[in-house]
Amino acid sequence: MNGYQFYWSIVWDSLPLLLAGAWVTVQITLLAFIIGTLIAMPMAVARQHGEGWAYRFSTCWVELSRNTPAVFQLYVFYFGLGAFHINISSYAAVLISVSFNNAGYMTEIFRGGLSAIPRQQLPAARSLGMTGAQSFIHVIFPQMFKVIFLAYVTQGIWGMLNTSLGMLVGLPELSGATQYAQSNSFRTFEFFLVTALIYYLIAKALQFSAQLAFRLVYRS
Amino acid sequence: MIEIKDVRKTFGILAVLKGINLDVNKGELLCLIGASGSGKSTLLQCINGLEPIQGGEIIVDGISVHDPKTNINMLRRKLGIVFQQYNAFPHLTALENVALAPRVVAKRGRKEALALAQKHLDHVGLGNKADSLPSQMSGGQQQRLAIARALAMEPSYMLFDEVTSALDPELVGEVLETMRLLKSEGMTMVVVTHDINFARESADRVAFLHQGEVCEIGTAEEVIDNPQKEQTQKFLRREKRKPLEVA
Repeated sequence: MNGYQFYWSIVWDSLPLLLAGAWVTVQITLLAFIIGTLIAMPMAVARQHGEGWAYRFSTCWVELSRNTPAVFQLYVFYFGLGAFHINISSYAAVLISVSFNNAGYMTEIFRGGLSAIPRQQLPAARSLGMTGAQSFIHVIFPQMFKVIFLAYVTQGIWGMLNTSLGMLVGLPELSGATQYAQSNSFRTFEFFLVTALIYYLIAKALQFSAQLAFRLVYRS
Repeated sequence: MIEIKDVRKTFGILAVLKGINLDVNKGELLCLIGASGSGKSTLLQCINGLEPIQGGEIIVDGISVHDPKTNINMLRRKLGIVFQQYNAFPHLTALENVALAPRVVAKRGRKEALALAQKHLDHVGLGNKADSLPSQMSGGQQQRLAIARALAMEPSYMLFDEVTSALDPELVGEVLETMRLLKSEGMTMVVVTHDINFARESADRVAFLHQGEVCEIGTAEEVIDNPQKEQTQKFLRREKRKPLEVA
């Protein structure tokens, strides 16, 4: 035993600060999840289709978002844009970069789901007079989400963990708030243990609400 | 009336349809027969614009199917099609499968669409299956569901693409029965089939396709019982030697 003494009361005093940070984390997580999903749906269709400018555009997006570090992506949106005198808040920079990252990964997850759907479903929908968009919204995507559900939720949680990069650009999300709070006492270990627990609880809450939504939508 | 004029269709260098001329008259049941690869299914997919064509023209009630100016989604409401592989929407109940297009395409209210769907399910004998998912239904039931789904758009024509080919033998009868019902109600139908018996009993006219061309066309008696062309005779002899195949 090296005799490390835990001082939990310091963390307890800062709890309101941490919870305020957690709220920012939840906001950005949910927004980036929705934005990523909305961007990934058409991009996955374009990737699946396999030609034209839309295919090239989404392929570039996927290549960049998957093959560079998330912290690099954040720096591009925060410092990189700043170098061109486009100054956005740290909140916006984290939201944009996590959405960007989410969209790239989700595109590939969705594409996998699309390829699992029988080819004849689309002509069957079109033959009833539905437009391409109507066919995807009412027939293809509902089936796709069922197939990719687990990987999709995992990506949502991964996006949540990525918001912790906000600490590096001065955003008081959960990690940023913790970083600030522990800098007075240097009780780093206690603070980040509690923070890890809060991240875990947020992740579990996301997972449970996603499962609930799944059961309601698919009646299974 | 459907007018098919010198229609040509190629997949790459492979010519599948080599100048098809054919009319489908209001109220008739036209059967397309022929060997696999003769182009009969492709022709059906061309009629409702699911496949592009490389030459000629298909005109449905005076509207050219492949004209870029044609609103193809509007035109498809006139042309119901049923596929070999049923293609029920697996995430929706039988009732929702039928109600979807009336709601989304024909913009009917939810209640009205569901009532209409129930009517069409009753019509094909699936009234008690409204809340079943396709996975809980037999192949024959799924195929009748597909027929009800197409009928719900109140089309003027129904196209059938080898609709009994994927079915177990004991399930073929119920689907053919549904098709006979439609015929008795005066529906105009184009039926691609390998079922020579169905063609003989039910078709007003039969067209025999051979290598992308209409080889012989006439009444069922003319084409099936008294074929004039050598290719037709050969094909029918082969078909008769396969008594167990109901497809």
